[in-house]
Amino acid sequence: MRTEHSRRAKTGLYGLLCLLAIPFVFPTWWMVTSSMKPPGEIFAFPPTLFPADPGLDAYRRVFEFAPFASQYFNSMYIAAAVTVGTLAVSSLAGYAFARIRFPGQNLLFLVVLAGLLIPSEVTIVPLFQLFNGWGMIDTHWPLILVPIFGAPSVLATLIMRQFFIALPIEVEEAGRMDGLGRFALYWRIALPLSRPALGAVGIFSFLYSWNLYLEPVVFLSTPEKFTLPQALTQFVDAYGGPMWDVQLSAATMSALPVLVVFVIAQRQFVEGLAHTGLKG
Amino acid sequence: MATKTDAPSGRAPARPGRRGWTHRRREYLAGYLFVAPQLAGTALFVIVPLALVFWYSFHEWNVLTGSFQFTGAENYERLADDPALPGVLAATAAFSIGLVVLNLSLALALAVLLNQKLRGTVLFRTLFFSPVAVTLVAWTIVWRFLLQDDGGVNGLLSAIGVDGPNWLRGETTAMIAVIVVQVLKNVGLNMVLFLAALQGVPKELYEASTIDGAGSWTRFRRITVPMISPTILLTSIITVVGSLQVFAQIDVLTSGGPGTSTTVLVYYLYQNAFQFHDFGYGATLSVLLFAIVLVLTVVQWQMRRKWVVHEN
Repeated sequence: MRTEHSRRAKTGLYGLLCLLAIPFVFPTWWMVTSSMKPPGEIFAFPPTLFPADPGLDAYRRVFEFAPFASQYFNSMYIAAAVTVGTLAVSSLAGYAFARIRFPGQNLLFLVVLAGLLIPSEVTIVPLFQLFNGWGMIDTHWPLILVPIFGAPSVLATLIMRQFFIALPIEVEEAGRMDGLGRFALYWRIALPLSRPALGAVGIFSFLYSWNLYLEPVVFLSTPEKFTLPQALTQFVDAYGGPMWDVQLSAATMSALPVLVVFVIAQRQFVEGLAHTGLKG
Repeated sequence: MATKTDAPSGRAPARPGRRGWTHRRREYLAGYLFVAPQLAGTALFVIVPLALVFWYSFHEWNVLTGSFQFTGAENYERLADDPALPGVLAATAAFSIGLVVLNLSLALALAVLLNQKLRGTVLFRTLFFSPVAVTLVAWTIVWRFLLQDDGGVNGLLSAIGVDGPNWLRGETTAMIAVIVVQVLKNVGLNMVLFLAALQGVPKELYEASTIDGAGSWTRFRRITVPMISPTILLTSIITVVGSLQVFAQIDVLTSGGPGTSTTVLVYYLYQNAFQFHDFGYGATLSVLLFAIVLVLTVVQWQMRRKWVVHEN
């Protein structure tokens, strides 16, 4: 479909692309700029593209209204734990399913595959009961354990397996001649070669954890233990109305780290996620 | 799901004699140890809970009163008679169909636009993809503000002389709003998948058809769509299953309202289990959700024989 276009057609295409980009870009722009506006200006019409008198007062108030620093830390360390855990579990299993032959392999692979069809939304009631039995309600354990072993990690295992299958076997055979065992082959040869796949799985599992909403809402009740998505919904005044400027400042802070990574490493980000496919 | 379940390629060369036997045993052991964390975790946090969902669905179980009693198929009879359920299923169908159709067609349209010979398409790819990097709830909160009666969307509409509705307060408009907000958030992912597929279509096919005098629409329908049909199938399975899991956006934007117009099955299940503390009925609704996910996936997987032209 790549054909040469006349100048008029080109102008038309650019116009169309710019128009289409508005609903994708404006909300983020508006979120960041409005968080620096005084409350009155947020509602100004027509909306101002740049704050007339930018200030960070709303940012200060975020930390007054909520234990936002600990909530931020919670989200960070939980997402980091989920990412590291998923990388370890899925690269080990993916490697074994791709490279090692052992009895019952196909059956075990099918059992793991079944995990893809069972999202945690389906099993949330028994999960609550299980974690309740283990005394883990209102702790971060369910938010860490369920993603590391549930549907997202099954997807990660599939990605790792596909990658290892495509990896040339000769490199490992050389290592085998040198007397390396299976774990050494995996750790010292296969893993260093699989950085693109590890990057994709890492971004994908970090985002999955960072956006997780149903699990925190179900499992957590103490504000100090909340993660960011749940915390963002709590900025309401005494009448239950949202405090827009404070809420938008908190939302901006929650989006900032991932957006910065996205801007810096957009190629890896876009192409990595294109290989996984998050939920629709 | 795009994977083949063929035998692993890395078969170790069999070695003769006694050393071969111990070597093979060590290979087996390594294999089991490598998959053990994943298998044990999936069993404990996915398979066992799924079995429990079925078991719980045969019980009357109220967490507040602490009652837990086997009642056979009573929950399923209640499911069949639930006056709210037809509305919930209609909302679920409207949401999922709307989301899948809009997501896939917009993703394909954007991918075709970005596949033109134009400078700067990488910039636009980044812009269309950027919402994926924004925290889900942050994105939804911003849209809740923009969709208010005096919010930015209606401001924009009034600038072109249209008097916009109070989006989140009307039943139809609220449904449209949750679908569009969700599509804008994640359509970039499918767009990138389609773009990669489009770039894999051999140029010669287009050249040959141009000589045959085929117009651009005919070329799109006869060449592009069949050539990228495996990608269309994969993205549609992911998008359909994903659409049935959407919870946060509905909780933040509409809380299932106005009335119950945006109460989809996941939300209804959450309400019954965790707001009305009725775990037995919540489990029954979970079984229903699982059945829907399963049937839709199997049906789509079967359909691939019919209309997926080639598989790579």
